[in-house]
Amino acid sequence: MEVTIKVFRYNPEKDKKPSYKAYKLEAVETDRVLDLLEKVKGYQDGTLSFRRSCAHGICGSDAMRINGMNRLACKTLVRDVGAKITVEPILGLRVIKDLIVDMKPFFDNYKKVMPWFINNDPAPEKERYQSPEARLRYDDTTKCILCACCTTSCPSFWGSDEYLGPAAFVSAHRFIFDDRDQAAGERLEIVNEVMGVSRCHTVFNCTMACPREIQITKAIGELKSALMTGKLD
Amino acid sequence: MILQTLYQQCLKNNVTFYDEFQVVDLLMVNGAAAGVVAIELATGELHVFHAKAVIFATGGHGRIWEITSNAYAFTGDGPAVVMRRGLPLEDMEFFQFHPTGIYKLGILITEGVRGEGGVLLNGKGERFMEKYAPKVKDLASRDVTSRAIYMEIRDGNGVNGQNYVYLDVRPESVNKYAAIDGRKNLDGTPYTVTGEQILAKLPDIVDFCRVYLGVDPITQPMPIQPTAHYAMGGIPTNKYGEVIADEKNTAVPGLYAAGECACVSVHGANRLGTNSLLDLVVFGKHAGLRAAEFVKEAAFQPLPADPAEFARARFDRIRTADGKENAFDIAVTMKKVMFDDMGIFRSGKGMENALKVVRELQDRYKHVRPTDTGEVFNMELMNIWELGNLLDLAEVTTVSALARTESRGGHSREDYPDRDDKNWLKHSLAWAHEDGKIELKYKPVGITRFEPKVRTY
Ligand SMILES: Cc1cc2nc3c(=O)[nH]c(=O)nc-3n(C[C@H](O)[C@H](O)[C@H](O)COP(=O)(O)OP(=O)(O)OC[C@H]3O[C@@H](n4cnc5c(N)ncnc54)[C@H](O)[C@@H]3O)c2cc1C
Ligand code: SF4
Ligand code: SF4
Ligand code: FES
Repeated sequence: MEVTIKVFRYNPEKDKKPSYKAYKLEAVETDRVLDLLEKVKGYQDGTLSFRRSCAHGICGSDAMRINGMNRLACKTLVRDVGAKITVEPILGLRVIKDLIVDMKPFFDNYKKVMPWFINNDPAPEKERYQSPEARLRYDDTTKCILCACCTTSCPSFWGSDEYLGPAAFVSAHRFIFDDRDQAAGERLEIVNEVMGVSRCHTVFNCTMACPREIQITKAIGELKSALMTGKLD
Repeated sequence: MILQTLYQQCLKNNVTFYDEFQVVDLLMVNGAAAGVVAIELATGELHVFHAKAVIFATGGHGRIWEITSNAYAFTGDGPAVVMRRGLPLEDMEFFQFHPTGIYKLGILITEGVRGEGGVLLNGKGERFMEKYAPKVKDLASRDVTSRAIYMEIRDGNGVNGQNYVYLDVRPESVNKYAAIDGRKNLDGTPYTVTGEQILAKLPDIVDFCRVYLGVDPITQPMPIQPTAHYAMGGIPTNKYGEVIADEKNTAVPGLYAAGECACVSVHGANRLGTNSLLDLVVFGKHAGLRAAEFVKEAAFQPLPADPAEFARARFDRIRTADGKENAFDIAVTMKKVMFDDMGIFRSGKGMENALKVVRELQDRYKHVRPTDTGEVFNMELMNIWELGNLLDLAEVTTVSALARTESRGGHSREDYPDRDDKNWLKHSLAWAHEDGKIELKYKPVGITRFEPKVRTY
């Protein structure tokens, strides 16, 4: 089948304003949108620029807006979106070139929640044991690949990139509900700040956008209730 | 999880990251490491990192092959850069093909699927591994299983005459074959599974199949074919992660490598499943420890007058080529010939063809020019630079493989089907000389507690 892929284009060295460019190419239903972009770049327009690496939804580098929805180009097939495809950069972050955005504010927010394991007891001889039930408590939020699909679909983040955003909450959740970690209190204080969970209006955009199907709104809800009750259960 | 933890611990310990800087050259002065040159993708600027010690951990190079489980970033930058600076690469002929990649896409389906009781079936519905490995059947090692699938396909036993077979993990199939095999749980009861258990144990696999194949592995078998997966060869190192420069194991001061780009050769010619992560955790740590020790004592090597010259010249050549050739075309041709003639099975004739084609492609490569003339995120330029690495590594891989007239692990020759310990129990080292010639030398295999034996499955 023939598909038309219309792509947001902006070259900071040449263009005053962004524009859209449409490319036609042959594709099959099972082609990934990433495959189409690669083919366009390989044969029609080498200047088209985007990030990608793993090509199967694991590395989180190719988040983009595909027909208006935040998705990974490598995890979106032609059969999911049809023969007319529009691809744009994710919103709320500065466009550097074409589909490449400046991820710095996103990662700065991530770093604010101290996304690392903290336990100041001396390390045991072997590993720190954890029961399967305790591990399950935060299993969902370990799956995050930091693709930014969620945060850049969030109206509160569009309002201010200082807003921690769902991805940072997901990472906070991953450690706060890990019973081996000792810094839950500190992290809860961080997510409770002005730019924290109080700005989340439970719009669900984030959960809809997550390519790892993480129950983000649920995780945020658990943070909110931990803040209210002071309990982690 | 390892990757996340490593990143998070680095953040915790304030490690400086130069994100989206790509290393394009190694600086060597007085036979020792002096730093690296890297291109900053956001600006196109070349930066010189003057360093007492350099550790390469750039990963594999599976993108040489058409069907691969490897990310786009697996372009062998580390080995290619090191080789251009006159150091050898070790055991490049040994490359692992994983038996179960998703048909056409190469996306990896873990052998955990067979661990849970999944079986391989050919187009006739036969459990063909019984023929190739009567004892362990579907749990044979990767090379044996990949070759079996290849032979089934070649004999016309692929599904619908196509280049794939089925991996079947439907509970009814698992339970049927587990009963035939007499598989038991630890408590002695017969082994059985349910759809929910499969889903709980293999969530990513179920997700891959649903997304990419529209197949639900609980109710349908998965179409699979072998996929280029792991480089046993790479930058030669000793057990401390120190890069070695010759067949006498002379270490290069200040230069280290670890992980898939390195060849410390704990895997020999054939890695077993899960061992790559062990390798990189253990030897990555040792390389780091050694490098940290080294920098305490060592002085900086002086930098050459224009350290970025060599790298800049390569990029200038690319930018000013005549543009007669298309990089994508060259890449497609390389991947195809490497998969067909330098893949799971090899023969002298096939490999000679692969070498001829790769060398023609290297010539054509000289005519590739990016249409993007900018500096900011010029990904086209980087893709072309990476293609140069892949072509160079494809060439050494093929030359190393042609020389080895035996079959061993990840190197299987139809014209020399047997392992030949008398002549070939040795590592190959390949140097690429400036005149374009590749020189091969060999060094003995260190044998400690375990004597090599004939494998029987
Ligand atoms: C799909 C898949 C599944 C696997 N599953 C398993 C498994 O279950 N168990 C197991 O043991 N092994 C497994 N392996 C193998 C194992 O994952 C790899 O061998 C291992 O991740 C390699 O790690 P590394 O640190 O050497 O390199 P990588 O993890 O590949 O990291 C290399 C890094 O170097 C960077 N880099 C590359 N070039 C440059 C450059 N020029 N400049 C700057 N940076 C650069 C890359 O961006 C990347 O971040 C799997 C491999 C794949 C592809
Ligand atoms: S639920 Fe909260 S975090 Fe998610 S999109 Fe809505 S406002 Fe943003
Ligand atoms: S929570 Fe989901 S959408 Fe958000 S960054 Fe993580 S993986 Fe991406
Ligand atoms: S390329 Fe890695 S997630 Fe899409």
